[in-house]
Amino acid sequence: MNTLLELTQVGIEFNTAKGSFRALRDVNLKIKQGEYISLIGHSGCGKSTVLNIVAGLLQATEGGVVLNGKEVNEPGPERAVVFQNHSLLPWLSAYQNVELAVKQVFKGKKSRAEMKDWIEHNLELVHMTHAMHKRPDEISGGMKQRVGIARALAMEPDVLLMDEPFGALDALTRAHLQDSLMEIQRDLNNTVIMITHDVDEAVLLSDRIVMMTNGPAATIGEILDVDLERPRNRIELADDPRYNHFRHEVLSFLYEKQKKVDHTTSAVKKANTEKKPAVKPVNEKVA
Amino acid sequence: MTIALHNMPWLEPVVKIAKGENVSQNLQTIIKSVGIPLAGILVFLMIWHAAASNINTSLGQFPGPSDVIEQSGNLLSEHNEERQKAVAFYERQEKRNADRLARDPDYVAKIRPYTGKPTYIDQIGTSLITVLSGFILASLIAVPLGIVIGLSANLYSAFNPIIQIFKPVSPLAWLPLVTMVVSALYISDDPLVPKSFVNSMITVMLCCLWPTVINTAVGVASISQDLKNVSMVLRLNYITHVIKIVLPASVPMMFTGLRLSLSIAWMVLIAAEMLAQNPGLGKFVWDEFQNGSSDSLGRIMVAVITIGLIGFLLDRIMLMIQRFVSWDKSATLR
Ligand SMILES: Nc1ncnc2c1ncn2[C@@H]1O[C@H](COP(=O)(O)OP(=O)(O)OP(=O)(O)O)[C@@H](O)[C@H]1O
Ligand SMILES: [Mg+2]
Repeated sequence: MNTLLELTQVGIEFNTAKGSFRALRDVNLKIKQGEYISLIGHSGCGKSTVLNIVAGLLQATEGGVVLNGKEVNEPGPERAVVFQNHSLLPWLSAYQNVELAVKQVFKGKKSRAEMKDWIEHNLELVHMTHAMHKRPDEISGGMKQRVGIARALAMEPDVLLMDEPFGALDALTRAHLQDSLMEIQRDLNNTVIMITHDVDEAVLLSDRIVMMTNGPAATIGEILDVDLERPRNRIELADDPRYNHFRHEVLSFLYEKQKKVDHTTSAVKKANTEKKPAVKPVNEKVA
Repeated sequence: MTIALHNMPWLEPVVKIAKGENVSQNLQTIIKSVGIPLAGILVFLMIWHAAASNINTSLGQFPGPSDVIEQSGNLLSEHNEERQKAVAFYERQEKRNADRLARDPDYVAKIRPYTGKPTYIDQIGTSLITVLSGFILASLIAVPLGIVIGLSANLYSAFNPIIQIFKPVSPLAWLPLVTMVVSALYISDDPLVPKSFVNSMITVMLCCLWPTVINTAVGVASISQDLKNVSMVLRLNYITHVIKIVLPASVPMMFTGLRLSLSIAWMVLIAAEMLAQNPGLGKFVWDEFQNGSSDSLGRIMVAVITIGLIGFLLDRIMLMIQRFVSWDKSATLR
């Protein structure tokens, strides 16, 4: 398959009060249509920065991003973003939030009735039809994130960009949403870039895991191919030596090769120590 | 029902008692929410009464609560008399016209308007119309201006010094300038509204513009980056961005500004009316002061209390409008 999205020698320098700060250098990545990519790395290494450059919300200082043969230099709905903290408009209902996006993207392409069907279809994909006329402050965090995903899916993007989409959710809700997302992914075969702090989430969902080195001047350290067949089942995989091998690879990259030196415990560490007993009681030896 | 209760919190326990729920506890709530403010007012009236009887001016004793009640009664009955005169005047005219029509069927009936002197109630009416015209005019300028400069950091920096300089200017300073400009520009043989009205209105507008401009601009500038990112990803154009994101997000701050503006407008108006001689509460106070009869101080005191009550009512009305248009019903509004 052909390359859909290509990052070439991407680097960025921020102008701060204390002078310029180099956040990224030499980021090279090719992503094929339908691939599910996870970005993982310690807190503050520059994952969001990479995603925002692809989204067009930040401009790279060097290098560039090419999508479908066209250079990216401004935000647009063909690169829909699911933000970490849902970013729904609080004065609109779930339906209206999706509607705003659909009206913008399909103006003149879909009739009023078709738009309504399309909005409801996307809310159904994320199992939100029962509460679609509720406002964000009337639904739970997980439901808000579902609406955020529905809004992004409804734009029919070429690439779906997700910045820690489940970061703020509890483990159970997160697992539910991951399963929903895998289901949707099986049907729609979207191209996805997802930032995560969660090693299990990365292995379970991704085709490739892109592991980033620590900043400043962060770049891609290693890329791990996760060739587990789909559909994937989290319970079966928990017992699968290959699954644990992939986990081990990521963990050793994060905690041996890119060991964080500063004292502030990174979110990666927290997320994983919390989760270990729940997900991984079995094959530590295999890896 | 719920909306009515929302505006009158003390009604809720009354309703509950009527239903027989938890009588003693609800009685306590009523005493707390009605009794304590009432007690405050009572104590104030007593102090006022005691103090008033000890202050002697060249126009007699300072008016106490009882004088105020008496004068309010006088002002009301003067108003009713004036109205009756007007009714009688029109009845006479109609009768005369009917008589003439009976004698001469070709006669085209004319009704001349009654031109009695404005009563206290008329003056309240004029003041309200003037303040609302000035305030609405100011809002029509201030809200769009606030949005535009809130959206652009550069425009904000450019406008900020100007706003900061004009904000503290007293209406007394504006009025002479406004009067001269209005006399120069507002020339017409049969003016739609009197010049004094235009003078007061424009002075009010100039003074109450700023809080709305500043608060709207701050509200717009502090919209979260997340929402702005959503707008950018969707590629909303400027107008859609303003309507769908900026306006709803900044409604709370905008109303904070509008309420400040309206209360300033009301304060400024009284001063402007005194100077511009626009028939209204300010002119009423001024005329009574010039009059210097033994009733004058009492009447002025009635005006003072009326001005306070109307100012309070105007603010409550703004609050109700804010509740109605704001999406965030849970936000505490006071
Ligand atoms: N606008 C900016 N101006 C200056 N520095 C910035 C800016 N945005 C990000 N940075 C810096 O760039 C580095 C990478 O930030 P980024 O937000 O991409 O990290 P991250 O990997 O997403 O972290 P986290 O996992 O905590 O979200 C950080 O050191 C951050 O301080
Ligand atoms: Mg981030």
